[in-house]
Amino acid sequence: MIGFALTDDQLALAEMVRKFVDNDIIPVAAKYDESGEFPHELIKKAWELGLMNLAIPQNLGGLGLGVLEDVIINEELGAGCLGMTTSISVNNLGLYPILLNGTDKQIEQFVAPFLKSPILASFCLTEPGSGSDAGSLSTHAKEDGDHWVINGSKMWITNAGFANQFTVFATVNRELKARGIVCLVVPADAKGVSLGKPENKMGQRASDTRAITFDNVRVPKSHLIGKVGEGFRIALTTLDHTRPPIAAGAVGAARAAMNYAIKYAKERKQFNQPIANFQGIQFMLADMATSIEAGRLMCHKAAWLLDQERHAEANLMSAHAKRFSADMAMQVATDAVQIFGGYGYTKEYPVEKIMRDVKLVQIYEGTSQVQRIVISRALLKD
Amino acid sequence: MNIFVCIKQVPDTETKIRIKGDKSGIETNDVKWIVSPYDEFAIEEALRAKAFLKTGTVTVVTVGPDRAVEALRTGLAMGADTAVHVRWETSCNVSIAKAVAEVVKKENGSVIFSGKQAIDDDQGVVFAYTAELLNWPSTSTVSKVEFGTDGKSVTVEKEVDGSARHKIAMNTPCVIAMTKGINAPRYASLPGIMAAKKKTVKVYSPSDLGLSDSPLLKDFDYELPPERKAGIKLSGEIPAQVAELVKRLREEAKVI
Amino acid sequence: MKVFVVAEHKDGKLKRVSAEVVAEFGRQGQEVTALVLGSGDLNAITGDLAKAGASKIIVLEHADLKDYSTEGYANAAHAYLSSQGAEVIASGGQGKDFMPRLAAKFGVGVANDCTSFGLASGKLTVRRPVFAGKCSKSVEFLKSPAMFTLRPNVVSSEGKTAAGTVERVAATPGAIRTKVAEVIASAAKKVELTEADIIISGGRSLKSADNFKILHECAAVVGAAVGASRAAVDAGYAPHAMQVGQTGKTVSPKLYIACGISGAIQHLAGMRTSKVIVAINKDAEAPIFQKADYGIVGDLFEVVPLLTAELKKLKG
Repeated sequence: MIGFALTDDQLALAEMVRKFVDNDIIPVAAKYDESGEFPHELIKKAWELGLMNLAIPQNLGGLGLGVLEDVIINEELGAGCLGMTTSISVNNLGLYPILLNGTDKQIEQFVAPFLKSPILASFCLTEPGSGSDAGSLSTHAKEDGDHWVINGSKMWITNAGFANQFTVFATVNRELKARGIVCLVVPADAKGVSLGKPENKMGQRASDTRAITFDNVRVPKSHLIGKVGEGFRIALTTLDHTRPPIAAGAVGAARAAMNYAIKYAKERKQFNQPIANFQGIQFMLADMATSIEAGRLMCHKAAWLLDQERHAEANLMSAHAKRFSADMAMQVATDAVQIFGGYGYTKEYPVEKIMRDVKLVQIYEGTSQVQRIVISRALLKD
Repeated sequence: MNIFVCIKQVPDTETKIRIKGDKSGIETNDVKWIVSPYDEFAIEEALRAKAFLKTGTVTVVTVGPDRAVEALRTGLAMGADTAVHVRWETSCNVSIAKAVAEVVKKENGSVIFSGKQAIDDDQGVVFAYTAELLNWPSTSTVSKVEFGTDGKSVTVEKEVDGSARHKIAMNTPCVIAMTKGINAPRYASLPGIMAAKKKTVKVYSPSDLGLSDSPLLKDFDYELPPERKAGIKLSGEIPAQVAELVKRLREEAKVI
Repeated sequence: MKVFVVAEHKDGKLKRVSAEVVAEFGRQGQEVTALVLGSGDLNAITGDLAKAGASKIIVLEHADLKDYSTEGYANAAHAYLSSQGAEVIASGGQGKDFMPRLAAKFGVGVANDCTSFGLASGKLTVRRPVFAGKCSKSVEFLKSPAMFTLRPNVVSSEGKTAAGTVERVAATPGAIRTKVAEVIASAAKKVELTEADIIISGGRSLKSADNFKILHECAAVVGAAVGASRAAVDAGYAPHAMQVGQTGKTVSPKLYIACGISGAIQHLAGMRTSKVIVAINKDAEAPIFQKADYGIVGDLFEVVPLLTAELKKLKG
């Protein structure tokens, strides 16, 4: 037996987010894209609606929901503004390491406060010299009495400028490579933390992206999540959980681009008829629809596997979903711009923004190439 | 204070209307159903009134077919405490008004909130008819509601025509029908959606309320309006186009 | 048939829609008795009703009816009409407010906001829009009296002058439990959207509330009302009272000028019965051009001031 039906709650959730997106996000998306400002008010509203920190368990007052709900939310948010989607959903990345690996006390201390107010957490893995090769990171953590002392730099950290808490991956000894990595929770106001300027990005300009430098930053030993050497595994299992929602954001963006293109194709007349009458346009739209459908199914399946705790299968399916949805959305957005012609290349219409925004999905949280490495390794292993 | 919010499930405003073959109504197969937007203002206003008075309950009530329960779920997810569903597929707004009046009597309602009209039938009849059946005062096109702290007196602002507003004082029990602009209805939050499942929806049949359907109006011959044909786009330099437009409005269309 | 029209008036003047209802019955060869509820000098009103074609005018007098109230109108009209054997009771725009209560007193149904009505073989049938005009339907009345209200601006107010014999009757408005404590803003100088002959409307491309002044300037020249699209209202550029469309007002002016309005289905529903539609939009592909009689593809910030100047020249 197999079933694809969403529950009434999930359908109501999607409906609610769609309304939020239509009324609150779409009308201002272009403004934030232009200015690069951080959408504090919208993030606060998303938090009030319960769209953030879904996985916090019910015994702490959270909703204890799964990845599928995150996927549903992100597809809808992605149809409004992918930059805001990233900003809204990145708490999951910051909190999953603790939720999946922390002690009850750590969860209470580092996660529960996120239910009380709309505060943000950032996930600090990537460095100036280590991106796809995350195991080679060089930020260093050293035990010193009751404390860990952190030194080094992180790069492309989402929401860094406004986060209250960082989940930092550092090495105790670079020679140990992936086996020498620790995961530490660092309060944003810790002495020695300094932030870079916001990056002036091509797309997703409503998200805040910066470098962070740690200069002899001290945190108590109780801030170590998991054991010494488990950091790399913690980072990877976290990314397994967040890839399907990230991919779903791209599916939503692709859906929006397609819908804009459909509307335009029915209105725009050339050769005395709507361009939607031409098979060249019709087939582009048909291909968009099929790709979007496929991407959504992969996201849902990956989320379902994670919610069933079938982690080995989920790891592979998350890679499929992320790789396919990111590349698919880039293609769909590019084709949507093509259907709009010259108008599509201007900021008068929303499709060029989607094209700039989805490009990042092929890069962050594991490039499309890294996803292919995960997939091909699974195919070729003995 | 038991605030009853009278709501209707209607086709979404984006719905493209299609007429049934026998012209007896509209096709509802592909329709997306929503809570009538004016009724959402009423739900929001009821939740705010309850918060202000720090006591009482908010009950959403609807008269409609099985699917109408989704509208009640939306109200519950927004924060209403309970819901009443009169399961009755009637197109007669007088029947609906009678059902609402009976429910409010049975459940000891102390005030009724509603939208000024449902966006499908655009009549604004149900709330006023209900008020008359209950012999309660009513005020419509309300853009502000202020209860006295005792919950007995209420002052509302009524939009009279266009830009004028009257401040009107009433006592409960009464019926208040809201217009747009009174508030920004909250979304049903995710915790709200999950909590709504645990709330009860009381179901009545028309016979439970001692009612039977005897329509007073007969609707027929539904038609789409004639398509407007695209006219002409003027051409040339903008100032010349404007001069041309004014000339045509005066000489050709004779409207200025 | 015994037809009664409950007249509406404001500031001592008959509302045009009441004359429209009376005149339309006249055109259909039907005698009408008009009801005027109020107190004090109502001569201008009764005079206009006679001009529109009312053969008889009943003035229901009571100090409590000086100002309009839902209950006062419903109570007083019912007290008088219940013994008159009324077969049809009609009213205009404001009727939408009190007619449902009056209908409840008679135990009958009511059809609001009708765009036409007709009498044939002793039976009244009305036509009225539903879904804000996305479609329309006919309505028959299965129990007498048949009650309906007519939308303003859909028929001519020019009638054949009739006798208009005035009879004054002491009214019984009963307890009016709603008290007008304060009148907040006066609509005296503004043209009411639903009754305006010309409407000039702005969309989100007006970019700010302040910019609506270019529409007001233009409107002032020709005595037009200013409207707005839902997008403009939701963006806070205009109050809701100005909104035209499905969750705003439905209008049928002689001339509707849409400035920077793309023409969403909800907006078109609210203004499609306008006699002449003019569209001014930068985007040549905007759907509004499909419905407009005249279109100018151009920036409204350039076009509207030129239009204002051109209309000024015309009005000399």
